Amino acid sequence: MSTYTELMSYEDALASFDPVMGLEVHVELGTKTKMFCGCSTELGAEPNSQTCPTCLGLPGSLPVVNAIGVESAIKIGLALNCEIAEWCRFARKNYFYPDMPKNFQTSQYDEPIAFNGFLDVQLEDGEIFRVEIERAHMEEDTGKSLHVGGATGRIHGASHSLLDYNRAGIPLIEIVTKPIEGAGERAPEVAKAYVAELREVIKALGVSEARMDKGQMRCDVNLSLRPTPESEFGTRSETKNVNSLRSVERAARFEIQRHAAVLTSGGTIVQETRHFHEEDGSTTAGRIKDNAEDYRYFPEPDLVPVAPARDWVEELRGGLPEMPRVRRNRLREDWGVNEHDMQSILNAGAVDSIVATIEAGADSTAARKWWMGELARNANEQGVVVDELPITPAQVARVAALVAAGELNDKLARQVLEGVLAGEGTPDEVVDKRGLKVVSDEGALGAAVDEAIAGNAGIADKIRGGKIAAVGALVGAVMKTTRGQADAARVKELILERLGVSEG
Amino acid sequence: MIDIIRLTAAQTAEKIASGELTAVEVTEAHLARIEATDEKVNAFLHVDREGALAQARAVDAKKAAGEKLGPLAGVPLALKDIFTTVGVPTTVGSKILEGWIPPYDATLTRKLKEADVVILGKTNMDEFAMGSSTENSAYGPTGNPWDLTRIPGGSGGGSAAALAAFQAPLAIGTDTGGSIRQPAAVTGTVGVKPTYGGVSRYGMVAFSSSLDQGGPCARTVLDAALLHEVIAGHDPLDSTSIDAPVPPVVEAARNGSVAGMRVGVVKQFAGEGYQAGVVQRFNESVELLKELGAEIVELDCPSFDLAMAAYYLIAPSECSSNLARFDAMRYGLRVGDDGTKSAEDVTALTREAGFGDEVKRRIILGTYALSSGYYDAYYGSAQKVRTLITKDFEKSFEQVDVIVSPTTPTTAFAIGERTDDPLAMYLADLCTIPTNLAGNSAMSLPCGLAPEDGLPVGLQIIAPAMKDDRLYKVGAAVEAAFVERWGHPLLEEAPSL
Amino acid sequence: MPGITREEVVHLARLARLELSSTELDHFAGQLDDIIGAVARVSEVADQDVPPTSHPLPLTNVMRADEVRPSLTPEQALSGAPAQEQQRFKVPQILGED
Ligand SMILES: [Mg+2]
Ligand SMILES: [Zn+2]
Repeated sequence: MSTYTELMSYEDALASFDPVMGLEVHVELGTKTKMFCGCSTELGAEPNSQTCPTCLGLPGSLPVVNAIGVESAIKIGLALNCEIAEWCRFARKNYFYPDMPKNFQTSQYDEPIAFNGFLDVQLEDGEIFRVEIERAHMEEDTGKSLHVGGATGRIHGASHSLLDYNRAGIPLIEIVTKPIEGAGERAPEVAKAYVAELREVIKALGVSEARMDKGQMRCDVNLSLRPTPESEFGTRSETKNVNSLRSVERAARFEIQRHAAVLTSGGTIVQETRHFHEEDGSTTAGRIKDNAEDYRYFPEPDLVPVAPARDWVEELRGGLPEMPRVRRNRLREDWGVNEHDMQSILNAGAVDSIVATIEAGADSTAARKWWMGELARNANEQGVVVDELPITPAQVARVAALVAAGELNDKLARQVLEGVLAGEGTPDEVVDKRGLKVVSDEGALGAAVDEAIAGNAGIADKIRGGKIAAVGALVGAVMKTTRGQADAARVKELILERLGVSEG
Repeated sequence: MIDIIRLTAAQTAEKIASGELTAVEVTEAHLARIEATDEKVNAFLHVDREGALAQARAVDAKKAAGEKLGPLAGVPLALKDIFTTVGVPTTVGSKILEGWIPPYDATLTRKLKEADVVILGKTNMDEFAMGSSTENSAYGPTGNPWDLTRIPGGSGGGSAAALAAFQAPLAIGTDTGGSIRQPAAVTGTVGVKPTYGGVSRYGMVAFSSSLDQGGPCARTVLDAALLHEVIAGHDPLDSTSIDAPVPPVVEAARNGSVAGMRVGVVKQFAGEGYQAGVVQRFNESVELLKELGAEIVELDCPSFDLAMAAYYLIAPSECSSNLARFDAMRYGLRVGDDGTKSAEDVTALTREAGFGDEVKRRIILGTYALSSGYYDAYYGSAQKVRTLITKDFEKSFEQVDVIVSPTTPTTAFAIGERTDDPLAMYLADLCTIPTNLAGNSAMSLPCGLAPEDGLPVGLQIIAPAMKDDRLYKVGAAVEAAFVERWGHPLLEEAPSL
Repeated sequence: MPGITREEVVHLARLARLELSSTELDHFAGQLDDIIGAVARVSEVADQDVPPTSHPLPLTNVMRADEVRPSLTPEQALSGAPAQEQQRFKVPQILGED
């Protein structure tokens, strides 16, 4: 698909130019219903089965705001250190497009619900980079079109399109950064780290699963170059729908190289949208943004203003979870692991599972050992993330407890985990079914033996005196106190050991 | 022998409740009247004969089963074709929605059905409620029953004409800049624009969201009040709906009085463009109010002079956005889809073919007013005017209980007279628009015939927001005094068709 | 305040997706110029320090609980469609974004 584009080497590009980025992220909220109507947001329903007069834009229909949509927007704003508007309105963004039922998007314009914030992101070497947030505002998603008759579902060459409005009206929060300056050669890394961190924040807030592979989080990368950090901003390109963390980094890098090549050869950058191509990490030209683009925003007359009460905002602030970066650093210290190991745990997506396992009673070393060892290996083989494995942190904690009690050794514990993952039941059921509980409890047994010797001093003396055959009576006493669950041969061994005699 | 079609809604309901008449008899009488007269009047776009009779039969069955009937049970009504009705076409007077059958009922439609009001059909209107004459309907103009060569007002000309032609005792209108009150004035009927937010807009096809308001139309003040009570009230599906009890309008209509009230007359509602006969009847009305015990207070509302200009920026702006959904993709007309044209082209061709001139003019005007570079000067300023008008009303209502004015500067003009002169047409709403901009309530009721042309003149009563009951209290008193003076209701002077 | 030119009307008609004929353009351009001349009076208040009114009611914070309400059936949703295929709205080829 991509046509040949002139690129400059990344190093050369950075030697001559300073990149400035702007990132726009759309997050689909995990509310039960749409932003302005009561239709379900459940994924995977049959086409046009989750629509109503409002989200189909039927004549006469009206919107009503989803309270959880507003609450989620405020939580996101607070987590991003934003100010929360005392009073704000929705606005109509007017433009025609068949996937948009009303031909205007109900959005926010000059009065976003959250504004003026920042998000600190940690780069791979531990450096903290502060990304300033311009605004976070509420809006709605569009329907989905299926292009028929062209090559591989593309719009170009299609004879017609088929529209499904199930997604139309699902709540979106659009989060826009201020121009990101000063990142230099690390700009692509900063872009990726920002989106990754934002995703963690969204997940920690519980307002969305923020799965980029499912389109629940989408990123637009705006990029421009200027000769020096003191120069004015250059003309930017807007690369739309960059939908994985890796792609965010690649798109920024590609655009830096492309802009540099154009500018160095005396060309000018056109303000346009660009499409990103996963296959080769390139971008191609889309729509040119000329002056015909006039969204004619005006306050949405069908919705009344939103004026979040200050005590509500403070209540929400008080209920915010610990922010992911702070939490990660705290856990790293609690667990006593180095940056590198912590990074591996993050990459494996095992943090929450490990925390839950520790909460279920395991010690942190054991919890990390199982999740990052046997379970990470298994997840890797299955191509899933660890928290998708069919085993709960409580079950892992149980296995760790069995090991700690000496009832399982590591080798057997691995077999127990394997059994649980294979659907054979709980760890205890697997132990039973597979007969893995082989190590007897020497301590308990020893106590029973001591008790039998003390309670039968005469018999003990006889044995010491060489009448070894008398040991049967003491074994019987131990078997009685342990209700027959002890290993008789082992009991006999222990008795003889304690009495300092050995079988001839 | 009772002349069913000349009964008021209140009388009809009473006779059905007492068993003197059946709902089916009443419905059939009105359907027959429509059949006999509507070829001339063209008040209805769609007559739902079967649906109406089925509703009427259900009322009679309820009565037979001994169930208690609501205050308007079995009374026929003409519904403006702007409210969605399940299974019954809803066109908004436009070609672009020809044949569209909504899959949902408007809240107002649902309330009417729940009150056992019998919906006879859908009435003609200016396309998308844009107009003051019903000539902008894609389905031909409606005639004024007083003189079929004249306009019945607009946009709700069909509803007003149906009342004046005795095709229905009740009707529903919508009022964005005067579309209930001005048709009421020129047809000698009663029309009320409730407080904005008093009647749900859910299922009412939007023209200008911040101005539109549905309301009752009838031949008497009491009938309007009874209908008002049925359709008003909070609706969780309309965010701009007021969550408060409906003002006691029926009680007010049953206890008409102006004794001790202060009634305002606004300086700005007079002058050039007001027909002599209209001014004369208005002045007589003010005299009557004095005789009935009201104190008259002169008011100055300077911002009202800018109301028309503000209205013709705000309404077109909102409509340019509201009407964007008519794009040939999901419902309604589709033109030019020959397999080679793009969606964009098909949308533009369909809108060109499906919208009439006035709608196109307003869409372009609104698109202009919202454009970057013009927004502040036009839309922004218009909204400031709106604030000033609201303040003028607030100040006035500190001094008076209600305000009165002519409803419209002239009586019904001839069909075709102003069709290609938009500015002349817009003058019909000179006195009604300030109320829409401020969101308060107003009524028009007949105050006589203009001597020079023998056509009805309307008296407008304006009350503060959520004080709609004052309209009915004053309206009932004025109505009773006029009927006593004339010896009969004004409509009895209308030709028999 | 200046009026409106024919070229501006052409641009606005395109923004508003109206395929106006050239006679219509001539006709509307004149009328719109008159109307704009009349409504431009509102700019008299442009520099007055009053807040704009976007809503006639002083309501705020009207929200609904996040509870699922019944949707239309796909048949109802598609009942007005000019064309349909695979339970979806069938529309002519879309230009522009991929
Ligand atoms: Mg957006
Ligand atoms: Zn919906």
